[in-house]
Amino acid sequence: MTRRIHIVNAALAAALTVGVVSAQQVLITAGGATFPNPMYSKWFNEYHKKLPNVSINYQSQGSGFGVQQVTAGTIDFGASDMPMTDAQMKEFQAKRGTTVLHFPTILGADVPAYNIPGVTAKLNFTPEALAGIFLGKITKWNDPELVKANPGVNLPANDIAVVHRSDGSGTTFIWVDYLSKVSKEWETKVGRGTSVNWPVGLGGKGNEGVAGQVKQQPNSIGYVELIYAIQNKMAYGKVKNAAGEFVEASLASVTAAAAGMKEMPDDFRVSITNAPGKGAYPISSFTWLLIPSKIADPAKKTAIKDFLKWMLADGQKMTDALAYAQLPTAVVAKEVKAIDKIQ
Amino acid sequence: MSASTTTGFSARPPRRALAFWTRLRRGDEVAYTLTLTCALSILAITALLVFELYTNSAETRHKFGWSFLSTSVWDPVAGEFGALPFIYGTVVTSALALLIGIPLGVGAAIFLAELAPAKISNALTFLIELLAAVPSVIYGLLGIFVLVPMLRAAEPAIRGVLGWTPLFSGPFYGVSLFSAGVVLTVMIIPFIISISREVILAVPNEQREGALALGATRWETTWDVVIPYARKGIMGSIFLALARSLGETMAVTMVVGNDPKIHASLFAPGYSIAAVIANEFTEATGSLYQSALIELGLVLFGLTMVINGMARLLVLSTTKKGAA
Repeated sequence: MTRRIHIVNAALAAALTVGVVSAQQVLITAGGATFPNPMYSKWFNEYHKKLPNVSINYQSQGSGFGVQQVTAGTIDFGASDMPMTDAQMKEFQAKRGTTVLHFPTILGADVPAYNIPGVTAKLNFTPEALAGIFLGKITKWNDPELVKANPGVNLPANDIAVVHRSDGSGTTFIWVDYLSKVSKEWETKVGRGTSVNWPVGLGGKGNEGVAGQVKQQPNSIGYVELIYAIQNKMAYGKVKNAAGEFVEASLASVTAAAAGMKEMPDDFRVSITNAPGKGAYPISSFTWLLIPSKIADPAKKTAIKDFLKWMLADGQKMTDALAYAQLPTAVVAKEVKAIDKIQ
Repeated sequence: MSASTTTGFSARPPRRALAFWTRLRRGDEVAYTLTLTCALSILAITALLVFELYTNSAETRHKFGWSFLSTSVWDPVAGEFGALPFIYGTVVTSALALLIGIPLGVGAAIFLAELAPAKISNALTFLIELLAAVPSVIYGLLGIFVLVPMLRAAEPAIRGVLGWTPLFSGPFYGVSLFSAGVVLTVMIIPFIISISREVILAVPNEQREGALALGATRWETTWDVVIPYARKGIMGSIFLALARSLGETMAVTMVVGNDPKIHASLFAPGYSIAAVIANEFTEATGSLYQSALIELGLVLFGLTMVINGMARLLVLSTTKKGAA
């Protein structure tokens, strides 16, 4: 009903003058991933200040929500921390009669956060060590795999308490996507998903749940988003990347991971965990906007396309203040071209 | 809670005694229809709830059948779903909460209603009702940041006394079925206390006077006369408490450890039905996964019905004994 009214409005407006179209109130609803929500809120707010007639209402209810609702057509565009699967793309095609486009917006990263009494040094983690710990094969902090990577650190002979997210989340997806890439055993036994069947460990709800567990439980290790670890001053380790260096997660090293991807596919559906390249932090990921390639309402179409252009130019300059890593320039250039695919 | 009233009057105003219009003018008919609609709406809401849960869980019901209830693998990646660890966690945490909560709550209610001076009783009751209004996420946060560290400190003492049982064996991470049970206890006690207190206060004074006149002590009067008289209402408060603990979500998920495995030890982490639904539903992509979570909702509904039914049967049998 509302859509029909919108279409009628838009048609009337378009029939008059172009100037009228831009002055018309455009209400856009969007929803999805919680991880980029602070950035998106800021962007939508700033954009509304710039163009008062465009309001974007974002419901931060999880990546799954974003994928489902954009497929069902109840929101104008979705947002997700993981690219849609081929099956989901097919379902979208079947339901909406058009394709869905992925637009990377910012970058995020997971860090291994730990609490070992008496250890103040920044620990080095090899992919084998992380996979071993989360598979339940490495059970003590003084395991040879950990000792070898951390010369000079006196690691205790205590049992490792593993903490993971209990709620389905993009943070978990990035973590297990990385483990799947570096460990065949993880890939076959556990696999990728926003929730998985964890071989070991306790579940904490949300970043705060994991952080609370790790802070309270001696000899524990968990994974949280980089921003969360920084803001809460948690101890987190360096991770060995595909080039063989131990890299600390930072805005620069996360952007480097995205820049290291030699071949960016045209649909931007790409995992950048374990990315090649010097200085690349290996547990990084894009987060995407999911935009239908056909938008019936011309006012909305123009507004969304304009917003994307603004986000890729001015919007990218705001990421540092909120501690998100910005897109590499090559990706931005490719995305600007892709905006034309929205019809 | 008890639905059947034994006032001796028929619920419906006598028909045909007066002409329809007279009854309508006096308001009886209006009140009857109005309240009937209210009552029916509850039935309709419940029916709709079950219907929605049932139809939307068709996919997993067909795929797994009854084995959904008896298997314990929960693997969203492989598409394997079993509800047993969640049923176990729900029942164990609620049972633990009632085990601690009933004596504590009923005891407090007896003191407040029968023994405490009115001023103290009123002040304390006000505080208790305040507790009932605290949002559960607050209880969950208190659980993580206050209760769990306290339990961690108290663990050696508990283990020293009860460590010989398998119920308190194995490593203790702070978050556990036990912690969830304790948090639930704190959450349900206000219900038990405030309702039980009201019910005890409602016992007619003649009962007390009669018992005292027969030479009973004050405590004998309370325990042998007042409490049996109020038994039904007290049971009602316990049902309400049970319903709350079975369906509690936020507070449980924050302290239970969220590990979908069945451990005999209360010190081990567990999971509950409401908690897993809250945790995974928003990110559940794929219809099978969603269907599994919805079927868990159906299971929780069934579980609540079964446990309430059993409790009612228990009450019925004890009431008969008491009446005989």
